[in-house]
Amino acid sequence: MRKRIIALITVAVITVLVLVILSYLVMPKYMKGIIEGSFTSEYYEDTAPHEVLFIGDCELYENVSTVELYRQYGISSYTRGNSQQLVWHSYYMLEDALRYETPKVVVFNVFSLKYNEPRSETYNRMALDGMRWSRTKVDAINASMTADENFIEYVFPFLRFHSRWQELKKTDFEYMFHRDPVSINGYYLRADVRPLTELPDPKTLTDPALGSNAMGYLQRMTDLCKEKGITLILVKSPITYPHWYPEWDEQVRSFADANGLTYINCLNNIDEIGIDWSHDTYDGGEHLNIYGAEKFADYLGGYLVSNCDLTDYRNVPEVASIWAEKETMYDDVLQQQLAELEEYGELMSYGKNAIE
Amino acid sequence: MLFVSYEFIAFTIILFVLYYLLPKKWQWPLLLIASYAFYWFASPYYLIFIGTTTVTAFIAGYLMEKAQDKTDLAIKNAKADGTYSTDLKKSLKAKAKASKWKILLVSMIFNLGILAVTKYTNFVITNINKFLAEGSALKAVDLIIPMGISFYTFQTVGYLIDTYRGTVKAEKNIFKLALFVSFFPQLVQGPISRYGDLSKTLYSEHSFSEKGFTSGLIRILWGYFKKVVIADRIITAVTSLIGDTDLYQGAFVMIAMFFYAFELYCDFTGGIDITIGIAQCLGITVKENFDLPYFSKNIKEYWNRWHITMGSWFTDYIFYPLSVDKNMLKLSKWSREHLGKFWGKRLTVYISAFIVWLATGVWHGAAWNFIVWGLMNFAVIMISQEFEPLYEKFHKKFGFKNKAWYGVFEILRTIFLMSLIRMFDCYRDVPMTFKMVGTMFTKFNVKIFSDGSLLHLGISGADYIVLAAGLVIILCVSIYKYRSKKDIRETLYENPWIWYGAMAFLLIVTLLFGAYGHGYDATQFIYNQF
Repeated sequence: MRKRIIALITVAVITVLVLVILSYLVMPKYMKGIIEGSFTSEYYEDTAPHEVLFIGDCELYENVSTVELYRQYGISSYTRGNSQQLVWHSYYMLEDALRYETPKVVVFNVFSLKYNEPRSETYNRMALDGMRWSRTKVDAINASMTADENFIEYVFPFLRFHSRWQELKKTDFEYMFHRDPVSINGYYLRADVRPLTELPDPKTLTDPALGSNAMGYLQRMTDLCKEKGITLILVKSPITYPHWYPEWDEQVRSFADANGLTYINCLNNIDEIGIDWSHDTYDGGEHLNIYGAEKFADYLGGYLVSNCDLTDYRNVPEVASIWAEKETMYDDVLQQQLAELEEYGELMSYGKNAIE
Repeated sequence: MLFVSYEFIAFTIILFVLYYLLPKKWQWPLLLIASYAFYWFASPYYLIFIGTTTVTAFIAGYLMEKAQDKTDLAIKNAKADGTYSTDLKKSLKAKAKASKWKILLVSMIFNLGILAVTKYTNFVITNINKFLAEGSALKAVDLIIPMGISFYTFQTVGYLIDTYRGTVKAEKNIFKLALFVSFFPQLVQGPISRYGDLSKTLYSEHSFSEKGFTSGLIRILWGYFKKVVIADRIITAVTSLIGDTDLYQGAFVMIAMFFYAFELYCDFTGGIDITIGIAQCLGITVKENFDLPYFSKNIKEYWNRWHITMGSWFTDYIFYPLSVDKNMLKLSKWSREHLGKFWGKRLTVYISAFIVWLATGVWHGAAWNFIVWGLMNFAVIMISQEFEPLYEKFHKKFGFKNKAWYGVFEILRTIFLMSLIRMFDCYRDVPMTFKMVGTMFTKFNVKIFSDGSLLHLGISGADYIVLAAGLVIILCVSIYKYRSKKDIRETLYENPWIWYGAMAFLLIVTLLFGAYGHGYDATQFIYNQF
């Protein structure tokens, strides 16, 4: 019997180890091409304090240069954003961040309020897999799952991604146990330029009311910020497509008024921000490139330093030294992208060309 | 709650823990609760059906037992007061038999009636409508078909007939009978257990045994391996192949035929492995339902090895009673006298076999394709039987029978024939099946084996490698059993490293290569629908 018990324990341990290693192997790495799935976990690696947290979707993480905010205003900020990050994702990103720090200001991009129900398993995974386990993550998963998802596949991602054994690439082996940073404090830098030429006409709204589920999470976010003494600012990024309807704008404005919040619809301030649609976007107007993101950061930074009591961290040596590294990375990535653009006319290590 | 679902696995694990932690006298009541919970998860409405079947079977069993007891007591009293005679005994027994028969008939009509109404009403309506004008067509009815109704109804009818025959005593505890009818691992796809077999271990108290439990676990893992690594991978190709009958003809039909044969084998035997494995983990013995069917050398042998409990059910409860029925015996006599020795020997056997195969087809589904499938089996078996003397002569002359290669030929021939007949199940349309099978012999597009067409059926080259490796493993295990006449687990158990290593291997391979989880449709077991 003793021999059987030893065999059982040994085999069980080896089995668990094999499954853990396989799990690391088959999990998507999000290191090249589609890198958005890395953003959530990168947040935990940052050692700088953050007085401003940006919470939202690509309208923030691609449109606000966190390094520019630091360079121009000394603001130490972080963008907790993900691709198609819906409002409940955003709420739990905030709740999760508050486990580690309490910023002075939270800036939430309101575009995702148009979605009232979970939409995509892929985006759920990209936003949530990187979140550290806590009650918040459990609630975030439960709030986000689509009908065909199963909670246990979040607990054991191997069960979800096991079928990737057929599509393993070099990066899956290379990044099994570590990751490289792909964002600079949550900012996804793109230096290529594709001007806005023509936008499709907006479709007619069938139901202009923002959904109760989405607005409920906005209310929870508002209450949470109030409870923690955080200033919540609602913004609509200066992106004209997809269309932001006046009916939605009105509802968000009413909500902001009712809750004593600031709401800045940057679509009304595009000229003031200085966006040049022939130069400041990398995909025909849907997202800003670094030139647009720096302009938008300059605009937001100006507002933030004028209206919020923020520290100029350029004068705090221990924080400044951390930011110096970020600035270096920012400049390196920019230079690498510019070099690729010069050589190939398009980015090869970023975006769709980099997808393995 | 599908067998291939996280919920079912969690449900089973919790059950195992409770089963061995609770006092042993609570084991069978726990199984009853679990079985009803399992059914409730499928649909609370189903409980009404299975509950009704249980209550009526219990009452019928009780009444038949009472009628028998009354007769036994009367005989005993007659013996005591000196009025006993053989004639009296005969008359009392005949009376008891008559009243038991009435009870059996009513309960069978009632329960088979539920099965017939729920499962076959729309089939009947559809066929009646073929003879009616468009305006006067009957409307299809929206009926609930309770999960596993064919299985638990047949199991219950088997119990009633056994009680009638006196081969088992009627169950006196309705909850125990409820467990027999609803025992969850076998509820959805069998095996169709007999009360006399299952009750031996179902209600007993079981202590945890490392050998029994881990043997059950290996069986479960083996079942999941067959189901999710092989069947649920190959189903993608089968669905593509039968989904486009214009594109996939000729050699594609041949591919579909063999793919479906192995999908069905892995799906059905995999499900039964899970069922028997769970029961074994609980210390309960459930009858085997397969015995290497693809090693059969003829179709008759195949049906003794495939879905054994269904085959034996039809044999014991339909074929034999029909064969010894008074009217059949009269017909046999009449045919001997009027049609000669040849038909005298065969007519009643043919009629009985025809009815059995018709019933088998109907049992599988409310559709003509199943009926034709059943009758094709009947035809092939009868023709084989008739050709038997010819085969004998052939073997006598050439002496092939004992050659190994001829054995392999016979096995392959049986697989081919069975797979061919099963095309009715595959296409589910009788004329279409004939048409598609016809293209196998008229369209010679063999280049599909080399031009990459097989990689466009929804499964990749890597999938083919997994399928091939999986089938080789299954073949090796089967050959071991075929040659040694023993379950490979008996050998593996002797070395604990190999034993637990095999378990780990099956677990890892199934988890890694299984077609399950998000992105895959939870593919229901094929036999769940029957």
